[in-house]
Amino acid sequence: MVWSWIPQNWTLIWQYTLDNALLGLVPPLIGLIIAVPAGIACVARRWLYAPVLSLTSAIYALPSLALFVVLIDYTGLGNLTVIIPLSLFSLCILIPAVVDGLRGVDDSVRQAATAMGFTQLRRLVQVELPLAVPVIIAGMRVAVVSSISLASVGQLIGVSSLGYFFIDGLQRSFPTEIYVGIALTIALALICDLILVSVRVVLTPWTRGRRAQARPFVVPVPPPVGAR
Amino acid sequence: MGFLTFAVDWLKSPQQWSGPDGIPIRVLQHLEYTVLSLLIAAAIALPIGMLIGHVNRGGFAAINTANVWRAIPTLGLLILMVVLLGFSPLTWLIPLVVLAIPAILVNTYEGIAGVDPDLKDAARGMGMTQWQVLWRVEVPVAVPLIMLGLRTAAIFVVATATIAAEIGLGGLGRYIIDGLAANNYGEVAGGAAVIVVLALAVQVIFVGLRRLVVPAGLREQVRASR
Repeated sequence: MVWSWIPQNWTLIWQYTLDNALLGLVPPLIGLIIAVPAGIACVARRWLYAPVLSLTSAIYALPSLALFVVLIDYTGLGNLTVIIPLSLFSLCILIPAVVDGLRGVDDSVRQAATAMGFTQLRRLVQVELPLAVPVIIAGMRVAVVSSISLASVGQLIGVSSLGYFFIDGLQRSFPTEIYVGIALTIALALICDLILVSVRVVLTPWTRGRRAQARPFVVPVPPPVGAR
Repeated sequence: MGFLTFAVDWLKSPQQWSGPDGIPIRVLQHLEYTVLSLLIAAAIALPIGMLIGHVNRGGFAAINTANVWRAIPTLGLLILMVVLLGFSPLTWLIPLVVLAIPAILVNTYEGIAGVDPDLKDAARGMGMTQWQVLWRVEVPVAVPLIMLGLRTAAIFVVATATIAAEIGLGGLGRYIIDGLAANNYGEVAGGAAVIVVLALAVQVIFVGLRRLVVPAGLREQVRASR
């Protein structure tokens, strides 16, 4: 470990950390924007969920590098080539999260809202979606952490991220650079994870004081039997 | 010319289908890495997951550790290994196993710990030993979730083995890495197409495997929960 390398390359480190943050945060947001209406549709039309789930599990199985290079021909070597596949992966994680969250709303709560004269839309926006927030945020945590960590693979096709330090460190056989890249990727992921946990606490004041809900890997598959 | 034209042109050429860097050999290599890593990871993660699930302790710590684990950049880990160790089978085996473990461990733990307490009480009431409760009740009930963990781990391993071509591993990632280096988009596209097919085939195998190993009594429930 050559510590002096870090201050000497401060601007470079900062630049690539920002690039990586962009590639790690934009895809989950795009995924969320699509997943919320898609999830609502899957809950409203039950038959829709099985085919959607099959499709998302298939997409989720594809290696990121393969998707990046498929897109090179259409979107060139820019950020978009990395953002599109990572958005797809986020979508695969978030659709089941939205569906699980909405389905998890207690039926008596739903009936109470209807009895109070809420229209369907208002019930969705003011009752069901807020109650689904913890599960949706759990999905966002997986999507954000995975995207931040996967963004470095984009460096293989030349899209800059903290992956730069891996490739450069490999070419120069210089471990310090690789340690810094790995440490910053994990730190970035943990900071974003912490922010998401705070967002959940702010958005769901009624859950405060209860033990935080730990969720296993949210993966695009049917909900497990006997669990939760 | 789109991606598919490039891919089809490359795939049609007979030289891709034979020899030491032909598609059949590369597919076999990729499967070899995947199966080997999954077996080792399962041998480590399944017993630990079953144990902490059965005693139902340490699960919170396990889940949170697994979440941090996911943040480890696979490319960085692979490159670090090769810079520190040079190239040997351990160089790629360690990262692949390390990345496969959390998915198997957490899902096994969740599956076993989530078994209905009434069911376990009933099993104990019938005079089953701890061991019998685990093997005859908890594990069969947890099988769908355990299979899900193995499938997720397989996804990680297939993807990471692709990236490992960057550090000199064989397998299908070679076509992408070599093609990019040589500015040969045909090879890149053809390689990507084969990887996509392989990744989907691995998924289909796991869906089939799941049908085989999920106990008959659970099948209706699994279907109903879809």
